[in-house]
Amino acid sequence: MTALLQVEDLTVQFNRKGVAPFTAVDKVSFEVAPGQTVGLVGESGCGKSVTSLAIMRLLPKRGTTITGRVDFEGTDLLSLPLEGMRDRRGRDLAMIFQDPLSSLNPVVPIGIQVTEVLERHRGMKRSAAMVEARELLESVGIPDPSRRLKEYPHQLSGGMRQRALIAMALACRPRLMIADEPTTALDVTIQAQILALLKTLVVEHGTALIMITHDLGVVAGLVDQVNVLYGGRVVERADRHELFASPRHPYTHGLLASIPRLDAGPGERLTPILGSVSDNIPWTGGCAFAPRCSREIDACRQVSPVLEPLESRADHLLRCHNPVVPVGAGAATVAATLEEEPS
Amino acid sequence: MTGPAAWEADPIRQDPDLLTAEAAAAEVEGEARAGASGHQSEPLPDVPAAELSAATAGADVLLEVNDLKVHFPIKRGVLIDKTIGYVYAVDGVSLAVRRGETYGLVGESGCGKTTLGRGILRLIEPTAGSVIFDGENIAALKPEPLRVARRRMQMVFQDPLGSLDPRQSVQSILVEGMKAHGLDTSDAQTSARLRELLSAVGLPTNALRKYPHEFSGGQRQRIGIARALTVNPELIVADEPVSALDVSVQAQVINLLEDLQADLNLTYIVIAHDLAVVRHISDRVGVMYLGALVEEASSEALYAEPLHPYSRALLSAVPVPDPVVEDSRERILLTGDLPSPANPPTGCRFHTRCPWRQPTLCDTDRPQMLEMRPGHRVACHYAAEIASGQLQPREVTADVV
Repeated sequence: MTALLQVEDLTVQFNRKGVAPFTAVDKVSFEVAPGQTVGLVGESGCGKSVTSLAIMRLLPKRGTTITGRVDFEGTDLLSLPLEGMRDRRGRDLAMIFQDPLSSLNPVVPIGIQVTEVLERHRGMKRSAAMVEARELLESVGIPDPSRRLKEYPHQLSGGMRQRALIAMALACRPRLMIADEPTTALDVTIQAQILALLKTLVVEHGTALIMITHDLGVVAGLVDQVNVLYGGRVVERADRHELFASPRHPYTHGLLASIPRLDAGPGERLTPILGSVSDNIPWTGGCAFAPRCSREIDACRQVSPVLEPLESRADHLLRCHNPVVPVGAGAATVAATLEEEPS
Repeated sequence: MTGPAAWEADPIRQDPDLLTAEAAAAEVEGEARAGASGHQSEPLPDVPAAELSAATAGADVLLEVNDLKVHFPIKRGVLIDKTIGYVYAVDGVSLAVRRGETYGLVGESGCGKTTLGRGILRLIEPTAGSVIFDGENIAALKPEPLRVARRRMQMVFQDPLGSLDPRQSVQSILVEGMKAHGLDTSDAQTSARLRELLSAVGLPTNALRKYPHEFSGGQRQRIGIARALTVNPELIVADEPVSALDVSVQAQVINLLEDLQADLNLTYIVIAHDLAVVRHISDRVGVMYLGALVEEASSEALYAEPLHPYSRALLSAVPVPDPVVEDSRERILLTGDLPSPANPPTGCRFHTRCPWRQPTLCDTDRPQMLEMRPGHRVACHYAAEIASGQLQPREVTADVV
């Protein structure tokens, strides 16, 4: 599979008055192939949303420094002129945002907002675009689409708004979709509907999907390759079966141990990660996670770890001096056989 | 103009002419609930809530909620507000909570779980029904006795920053409640108490002089919990205590709540939309849908075998952080959204989205919460048939693009 999008050493810095710039995203690299779902996972402040905004070039020009390469089918998106980027946004790559209410224009009917994409990119007339918009809304499961086209965002429910947003993103059949916490604002039953919809998209149309989320449950069900971000850097990358079966980074391990599970036995106690993100030390002075880490050794505060593949598995990347030892070699083998099957 | 007292004094309620005028206006507006009288919940059998479930019958019950209703009037008009309908936020909930247990309330947004929690503490005036707290009906208390009674029941709020006054230091936040209830007898005792509280919730003692903005989200929630504890309450209603926190910090707060319960013999009502959190923390769980309980059982029984179609769908929709489980499990997808609580469907409130809906009863009769197994109550006409596999769900496929 050749990659559709290649992100290489993407770095985003926010300049601050009087102090050194803040590095929100620090040399992040990953690839997405058509029909593949890549997940960016992490807690608030880990840089996952900034990564997506940088790819879409939606960050404000003033005060930000973006370096690296974002290669979309041979074109570096970061060096495109603004007008060229506008042509691609919505047509080649589209984004679904977290909060559907604030991402829709409150004073413009849904229909106009959907047709705008069609008029801009496919040069369609308003009337023809309306017909198409109606079909789009129907295809994402909005009942009574003709009526909804005339309605304003506040008249729609949360799930419906998110669907409208997805319909807009789909309007030009983009080959890459970036979904930034698409279901965080929604209830679980609606979340299940939206996730099923995204899955259909990826499977049936070969859309490449970048899924940004903090919910490891969503990751487990939807994502092919998981990138765990901490402090702006990828700390672990693996196939989902591998990652959940044998998480090697103490942070990934800690995240999995700290979430209550629906299928856990009664009376099990959670193992939280100590401290909070504010305890981080800069990556230059060692490992940012060291102050919160249970497996901290001397090297962690002195040498910044690099992201490198495991000896046993080339597709499992890890940034850690003292990784978690897998529970049993058995579990990893089971996961390995399971993931062979679909491909 | 809410609450039992205000209700009776409401001139519109007492004047039959006005009442008809109001009904006519509502019909004109087209907002009236279809046959409003037709599907009002039938009066529950007149037994106390504690007797409804084997789990609480004869047990040491701290809180009993009997047929609690909270209806918000929908008003319209320029000069004179006319009530043109009601939002049936909580519409007939009966439950009982044993002393020392954790009762979880789950449901999706708009199901009335927060309103129920606030209605219990009378932070929102209930429209009807009673809340018996340790033998005393909270819903009927006069203001001063209510204020005194509130010492024994406290609340932890969802938004840890929004529920703390940004201009009050932590010390002032914590002392305020103690002062109000006359618990700050001497300075030495108060400061000893504050120190004890801070160490109980895992905050350093120098936190007293700081202000809420100086803390992280998890620490702020600890302050919120400490504030609830200052007055030695017996019942704590925690409304989404961890949903604003990051997952790694969430576990710290959940563990803290569990430790405090064990040390101080607290009774919790935990309101949350995250079913995994509720399962983890609760002894018994009530599932709410559109203003009413649809199922209540011990946490293990509910998660092992949910009996109500809505609980089944809800549990099947929760993502599990395990790819092997995720790939193999069956999902019950629901169609559509939650109906408006201002205009709830007739009969069973869930019948519009229910994959097991039957042609009879479901759309005409509102099912009662009946005990199907000891300690397991469910409000579904066909729960037994569904549990035995006699009835199969209709196929609902994901919307295809």
